[in-house]
Amino acid sequence: MDMDILVCGVGGQGTVLASKLIASAAMSLGNTVHSAETIGMAQRGGSVTSHIRIGDNAYSPLIPLGSADVIIAFEPAEAVRNLMYLKKDGFVIVNRIPVKPTTESIHETGYDGVEMIEYIKKKCGCLVVDASELCGELGGKFYNSAILGAAAGTGRLGISPEALIAEIEGRVPEKFIEANKKVFSLGLKQAENFDL
Amino acid sequence: MKKEYIMGNSAIALGALAAGVNVVSGYPGTPSSEIVETIYKYPHEGVYLEWSVNEKAALEVAAAAAYSGARSMVTMKQVGLNVASDPLMSLAYVGVKGGMVVVSADDPGPISSQTEQDTRRFAEFARIPVFDPSSPEEAYEMIREAFEYSEKYSTPVLFRPTTRICHAYASVEVEDKASPKAYEGFVKDSKRWVIFPRLSYQNHEMIEKRNPEIGKDFSGYCRNTCEGGGSKAVFASGISYAYAKEYLKDIPDVKLCRIATPYPFPEDFVLKCLEGVDEVICLEELSPFVEEKLLRTVGRYGLNVKIKGKLSGDVKAAGENSADYAAKVLSGFIGREVPEKGLSLSDMPPLPVRPPVLCAGCPHRASFYAVKQAMKGRRSYFCGDIGCYTLGNAMPLDMVDTCLCMGAGITMAQGFNRVDKDGVCFAFVGDSTFFASGITGVVNAVYNEADMILCVLDNSTTAMTGHQPHPGTGRTMMGNVVEKVSITKILEGMGVKKIVTVDPLKLSEAVAAVRECADLKGVKAIIFKSPCIAVTKPAGKVSISDKCINCKKCIKEIGCPALILSEGKVAVDKGLCTGCGLCAQICPVNAIGGEC
Ligand code: SF4
Ligand code: SF4
Repeated sequence: MDMDILVCGVGGQGTVLASKLIASAAMSLGNTVHSAETIGMAQRGGSVTSHIRIGDNAYSPLIPLGSADVIIAFEPAEAVRNLMYLKKDGFVIVNRIPVKPTTESIHETGYDGVEMIEYIKKKCGCLVVDASELCGELGGKFYNSAILGAAAGTGRLGISPEALIAEIEGRVPEKFIEANKKVFSLGLKQAENFDL
Repeated sequence: MKKEYIMGNSAIALGALAAGVNVVSGYPGTPSSEIVETIYKYPHEGVYLEWSVNEKAALEVAAAAAYSGARSMVTMKQVGLNVASDPLMSLAYVGVKGGMVVVSADDPGPISSQTEQDTRRFAEFARIPVFDPSSPEEAYEMIREAFEYSEKYSTPVLFRPTTRICHAYASVEVEDKASPKAYEGFVKDSKRWVIFPRLSYQNHEMIEKRNPEIGKDFSGYCRNTCEGGGSKAVFASGISYAYAKEYLKDIPDVKLCRIATPYPFPEDFVLKCLEGVDEVICLEELSPFVEEKLLRTVGRYGLNVKIKGKLSGDVKAAGENSADYAAKVLSGFIGREVPEKGLSLSDMPPLPVRPPVLCAGCPHRASFYAVKQAMKGRRSYFCGDIGCYTLGNAMPLDMVDTCLCMGAGITMAQGFNRVDKDGVCFAFVGDSTFFASGITGVVNAVYNEADMILCVLDNSTTAMTGHQPHPGTGRTMMGNVVEKVSITKILEGMGVKKIVTVDPLKLSEAVAAVRECADLKGVKAIIFKSPCIAVTKPAGKVSISDKCINCKKCIKEIGCPALILSEGKVAVDKGLCTGCGLCAQICPVNAIGGEC
């Protein structure tokens, strides 16, 4: 399998864990995997991305522009920021809930993510997920699993939901496993009901 | 052997363990920090591991181990090599007995560094070999080979990964178990280990004879490779090789040559590569190192080959390369169209900018604010340094006037004092930076009678690079709890007469301390002591009561990311607030209260 997946969001949203789950699930299915993450200064409230490259034909650790099969975005503007990586017939799974920039309260721009979602819909195939609705009381810490579930549900990752669940069981701290699995399956269901 | 999905830095660490390394030392710095941390996390019985106080110390510790026949590795980022360059330059003359690998991670971009310097240049400057891995998998193998070459030629060697290697993940075959190498121990021989001018002369002569031989040896090194054929050749090194390979994978009629050992230059190998070639492009980052070497080779042998790269203007001079940039440059070189891929996005809406800021509840914010308040209306100089607190430059704090290199704030504050007797000169330095390179600067101030205020932002960790312990934390990488080195006692010992310790989160006390010091002569020190919020439990959260008159003073004054506007009204983001209480001390109507 050759598959390029880009995971993006804002520092602190759990993109790194999500990308580790995808990478290790792909590996457990016998694939060669490379990935690259944003580390350092940008992690503090900045834009973060993980590039995951599955298959034997990938050399660069970063996905070339216009080559990603799937973008999994935890935040609407971050999806748009990375759209240049998407293939012409690529697919985006995006969280509807915006993260306002930390400077928003000083320089108001009124950013609310709506325009971003509209733009994505105009440009490519996408599934918009409301992670806040899926996670309910559990809150923002679980957005990543909910969105990952939805991504798995689209069938576009080339990785079975079971393989991802197995990684959640193996890599998430014990006391959070159940909650993560729960929101994952809610995401999964939402994608399955969606007419792709 | 087992497969592990690990970061390039971890591959370097595990490769060194597999090579039987005995002593590992280093100083944290992005992108190199995870090498030492990986060794700490993996079984490493019998290996000595330390975070040294700075890179110079790290290199000297490793050097003595290598004099004794042990294998040693020392890790740092590229600017750290500047600090370690004093011992390195001499060590290159003296040489080693056990293998010694100096890992210096370069940072094209730069992504989190002050410079785009090129460690390959340093290798040539110091006249020692350098290894340039092009993937995490390769780094794992190459580090062992670096040890072998080091021992074969009794010289320290450099190993320079770049950010995209250090922080890339790959599945790497790693050895299950490795044990540290047995070594002889130090054998006294002052003719060998004591550097004197006469020895330096002899060894310089020896080195200049030896290096071309190493170049010949490297010509047979398995990681200098040549693929494909044709009259056009691409020379690439490090991660740029991966980018070139990505583009050329379906194009067989172009040669792809990888230079894994840029110095000493493997000339014989390169001459072979150049057979039948009439045009070359060099794809490399930071500086045109391989390009210059090729020009020299072509000149020396009178070859009719055109060399393109940074010097010819065909490749950009600064910044990092990427697969896309490589595709653009290489398609120009071989006269193909750049394939149009992806969506057309010219109508993209403006995106929110997300600059890095100090975390919500960060005590540095409070320290900067206290100084700012105390100095309102007075001419002052705010000399910053390297660490999270460099972010104190952002609006609305705007409290960093200069930032040059580790420790420079302390001595630059003195320089400003020399040219402006009436300005109040501040130096802000973190605890880890103080230990690494601040102490001598303070001695300089005391000795030369400077008027300055040293602000030590003591948050009890090395926050920026991922919370490494340091001499003030009382923990070592051998897992021992040791006596904490006291910054106050150091300052007292150096003769600083006025030393105050304040909690920056007690705003009025902190402001009063700054005011008092500003009116005194000589060197004054204020230790702002409050732990990094990433390593302590938050105190609670604050909330805003209906007393709030929505003046937004809290937001405009301190810019804490937990203070947000919700439908035009000031509110607290409960997910971010740590309950530090700084904003509550700023609100003019006491509308902010704790709910701890
Ligand atoms: S107490 Fe105020 S300043 Fe401190 S973290 Fe909370 S909102 Fe920010
Ligand atoms: S400073 Fe106090 S009154 Fe002014 S907006 Fe902030 S909470 Fe409200």
